[in-house]
Amino acid sequence: MNQCLQTIQDYALRSIGLGEWMLPRSDFTLCQQITLIGSGLIWNLYFGVLALFCGFFLANALAVAKIGRNPWLRKPAEWFIFVFRGSPLFIQFFLVYEALVMLPRAGIDILGLTIQTSWVTKAWAGALLVLVLNTAAYSAEIFYGALRNLPKGELEAADAYGMSGWSRYRRIVWPHAMRLAWPAYTNEAIFLFHATTLVYFSSFPAFRQQGDSLYYANYFADKTFNPFVAYPIVAGYFILVTLCLIAIFGIFNRRLNRHLPGAATRLRYRPNLVR
Amino acid sequence: MIASCADPKTLEGLTWLMCYLTSGKHVLFYLSFGTVLVLLAVTAPVALLFGFGGAMASRSRLAPLRWFGRIYTSMVRGVPDIIFFLFVPIALDQAFEWLRARLYCDPSVPIRQGNEFVVCTAAKLPLSSSPEWVHQTYGFALAVIAFAIVFGAFAANVLYGAMTAVPRAQLETAEAYGMSPRQVNRRILIPQMWTYALPGLANLWMILIKATPLLFVLGVEDIVYWARELGASKTSAYSYPHGDWRIYYFLAILAFYLLMTWGSERIFDRIRRRLSSGQATAAGEAMRKAAT
Repeated sequence: MNQCLQTIQDYALRSIGLGEWMLPRSDFTLCQQITLIGSGLIWNLYFGVLALFCGFFLANALAVAKIGRNPWLRKPAEWFIFVFRGSPLFIQFFLVYEALVMLPRAGIDILGLTIQTSWVTKAWAGALLVLVLNTAAYSAEIFYGALRNLPKGELEAADAYGMSGWSRYRRIVWPHAMRLAWPAYTNEAIFLFHATTLVYFSSFPAFRQQGDSLYYANYFADKTFNPFVAYPIVAGYFILVTLCLIAIFGIFNRRLNRHLPGAATRLRYRPNLVR
Repeated sequence: MIASCADPKTLEGLTWLMCYLTSGKHVLFYLSFGTVLVLLAVTAPVALLFGFGGAMASRSRLAPLRWFGRIYTSMVRGVPDIIFFLFVPIALDQAFEWLRARLYCDPSVPIRQGNEFVVCTAAKLPLSSSPEWVHQTYGFALAVIAFAIVFGAFAANVLYGAMTAVPRAQLETAEAYGMSPRQVNRRILIPQMWTYALPGLANLWMILIKATPLLFVLGVEDIVYWARELGASKTSAYSYPHGDWRIYYFLAILAFYLLMTWGSERIFDRIRRRLSSGQATAAGEAMRKAAT
């Protein structure tokens, strides 16, 4: 027990570079595996939460651009969504990494200011960028579908009240679209968190063995030749994350539906596999 | 290859590019697109079969079978698929070797020695004496099984949903006609469920296409492997020296996938229209109205 507490002290923050420098080499205990894989989960949460947050705003902008009449906005949005939804995330990671590596090492000079470029090839920035763009494309398609399915009557009522433009969007269109899109968006959020496990399996290298939970699970499985311990641990962690996500999104869902009779019913998560 | 490509150092411009793109390694790269297509062609029906089994199992009247079906269908909901892709091939490989070790090896030698998983040479799979292509095929087969299990679970979700979406009245009518449960399944339920299953299955096909680059993670020499191999910068020791061209190779792969998903989308639109006609759904109703 004491030994396990020591292990937790040593490795709980290993994935962000704090604690013990060396990873365990032999005689792996269950405690070490659970701690280190849990430590890797920090990265999964970092990527998932930030990508979801940034992607949400970008997705809204893209959905509005795609449904709008202006072809200068609509066409780029359509292409963006097509490219990011039509190609594998795995390839997107590779492609963006290769593109970022091609940036000049010394930095770019703009008006006498030197912008450093070395940090963009690191996973925390480069992979986050890919995940943001990817989830934005998928979410934008969900929001676009919701915008298309807005009841005609509500828009006409908004017109009758003399609302237009921004106030109509903010008060009528957006809340209703969110309400329609929310179950599918929950699904997308879950898929996004699952997708964060891909980061260290593609081109982005794990800096000083600071990887995500699957990186450490893979490390243990490789070292022990025993996949029956490490992988179920990651799986368990991810089931927990998924349950938390469903709970959190359920709260938003209740708030979005609070004006409707029977709104207290909780979000029924039906994975419709939109990804 | 082509006779004029015998000495690539003397070539320039377009002819250089022509020779470069038809070199032996590039032919392997082009063939690896075939690997992806074979994977899709094999996995899709097998996964559909697994999914069908899973969906039928979770509707079964036998409780243990139903539990098995429920667990199988729900396992992919909470766990990232890549974990299964990493887990299933190793687990299967060890299971096969363990079984063979039981048959062919001295039982007094333990298989798990500390951190090692050791079986005697006779039980190795594939045998160390077997040629290279056997090793590759074995790796590929394990990958196919992993894909089939994961996508079977996805498909089971879709098919289970589709089966429950078939109107109850249809099944009750069949029962009233005196059909046995098996007859109801075969004559009423299964023919009608496809129109409900199609959107989900179409999505699943898209996900499957986009999951194929994960073959690289499983150690199969697929398009990602060759793109990294060929694109890496080549010094003048190679016959075709060039800088880091990986981005162009990945762009080509990107184009390939975009083409695949775009083409699939169009085909699915066509099938959707065909399946909707004459159905008591909104889409079928819209088609009927458009026709009159």
